[in-house]
Amino acid sequence: MARRMNPGLKLHLGLFFGFLYIPVLVLMVLSFNRAGLPTVWTGFSLEWYGKLFSDEPILSAARNTLIVALVSTALATVIGTLLAVGVETRRSSPFLDAILFAPMIIPDIVLAIALLSFYTAISLTLGLHSIILSHVVFNIAFVVAVVRTRMRHFDHSVLEASADLGASEFTTFRRVLLPAIAPGVIAGALLSFTLSVDEFIIAFFTAGAGQSSTTLPMQIYSMIRFGVTPEINAMATIVMLVSFTLVLMAQRADRRVFTQ
Amino acid sequence: MTGGVQLSDVTKRFGSVTAVDGVSLDIRDNELFALLGPSGCGKTTLLRMLAGFDMPDAGKVVVGGQDITSWRPRHRPINMMFQSYALFPHMSVAQNVAYGLEMEKLPRHEVRARVSDALDGAQLGAFAARRPDQLSGGQRQRVALARALVKRPRVLLLDEPLSALDKKLREEMQLELKRLQHEAGITFLVVTHDQDEALVMADRIAVLRDGQVAQVGTPHELYEHPGSHFVARFVGEMNFLEGTAAPDGVTVPDLGVLRGAGDITGPAVLAVRPERVRLSRTPQVDGQNSVEGTITNLAYHGTDVSVHVTPPCGRAHIAARIPVSQTTDTPLEPGATVYCCWAPEDTRILKPETH
Repeated sequence: MARRMNPGLKLHLGLFFGFLYIPVLVLMVLSFNRAGLPTVWTGFSLEWYGKLFSDEPILSAARNTLIVALVSTALATVIGTLLAVGVETRRSSPFLDAILFAPMIIPDIVLAIALLSFYTAISLTLGLHSIILSHVVFNIAFVVAVVRTRMRHFDHSVLEASADLGASEFTTFRRVLLPAIAPGVIAGALLSFTLSVDEFIIAFFTAGAGQSSTTLPMQIYSMIRFGVTPEINAMATIVMLVSFTLVLMAQRADRRVFTQ
Repeated sequence: MTGGVQLSDVTKRFGSVTAVDGVSLDIRDNELFALLGPSGCGKTTLLRMLAGFDMPDAGKVVVGGQDITSWRPRHRPINMMFQSYALFPHMSVAQNVAYGLEMEKLPRHEVRARVSDALDGAQLGAFAARRPDQLSGGQRQRVALARALVKRPRVLLLDEPLSALDKKLREEMQLELKRLQHEAGITFLVVTHDQDEALVMADRIAVLRDGQVAQVGTPHELYEHPGSHFVARFVGEMNFLEGTAAPDGVTVPDLGVLRGAGDITGPAVLAVRPERVRLSRTPQVDGQNSVEGTITNLAYHGTDVSVHVTPPCGRAHIAARIPVSQTTDTPLEPGATVYCCWAPEDTRILKPETH
């Protein structure tokens, strides 16, 4: 049953969404502005999107970001899922919970400096691989958190039932546990991917020098030092839409956790 | 290979708690055997050691003459029906039942044939494509049972199999399980805390207490000849009178000397079932036990009436269950003075429990 909303609350909600989304909408509109200036609207144009797709540094940065996001998500999802299963099927420990949670709340700048110091200490050459490793670090924490929630909504005696019916541990994992926690695993992976695509500080610190390991947020940052160009607006619009879609997908997958 | 189960001196500790303490049991092939006891008595741990989910710290588990103490659950000729049913939520009823057969790597057509037989037998044919969350409690219970039985184990373990069902369905299923066990011709080992359930279903019962076997016997033996105060109290209703035993009978303070079966001396409890107690207007003289008292409570149960009689000393009361058909000639009313009478051979003299 739909309840009528108090007009005051309606206004509050309107202001809230306005505050959040008007800047984003302005940016999206400006990305279609022929003038290329934030001050005058001179007509609709896809010119900046065309420029964007012929700008080699941006394209290579986009490629790098995609590589970093895909590889770090894949690694974090596998490691994080196994970790969550292991932690949830064994006795709980508040200390373990805390250190699994920590990478989510440690400020990015701290993690970035720590990782850079660590890589320097072990004389690791920096590049895309070091960004990937760094992203795996915080992505694992998110995957573990999402998958563990799913594990808690799940009757662990089905694992014993599977063994009782003759399944090996691997078969039990593949045929009983994984399907049961799949929505959580998918949600965790989508979340990781989104975080990785947007991530700037840690990538900036651990990328090393050169265009070959520049990610999209880093590229945008370097371009913005010469002023906001409409090209950046177009790029930001695309990134926004991709992120938004992935977050929606992650939520849809995760909602099944609570409706089952 | 048969489905007889021998447990010898099985012990299991969790930290400082001894859950199962030197249990030895000989469960015969093709028997419906119940493990009965209050929660925490170790019955579920015992079952889990048979399934292989827990390893005993000491002792041996033998099934069909083979020592399976260290076998993994999946290699044991034993299947289990879980208290929560533990159905696979993402699989259909048919997939749930087929799972165990697929693990045996049986040809697909054989799996299909056996699954469809099992579903028909459990009257689940129409629900084959449903998910567990689309079934009622009773249907889920039948799926769990079919999933375990389709593997044709030598021994089927049932952990509180009927505890999630309502009373009427539970009573139906007690008889249904007994019939199934008879037809399948395999050993059923049922864990239950419900003494009615154990009495109705089981061929033999082991009463467990604090991880140890208190008594093993047929329902009749346990009910009529309880070997201890604990078993007498746990199985069925029982009147207990405390006193001191001597060769000529038990002296109960204020009630005199009462006679019964048992060969202990010193502190004792005298036990008699309420249905063995008769009520009379006159004291009995022919060697029967007889206690005078006032009716303090009457409760009508349909087929019989339960009557509480309090002796003048007021320290104890005796419960009697009188069939309704026998109450017409001696009308019962609160406050009336009556004599509770029962035969010495219906009376057990037992050592009192320390706690």
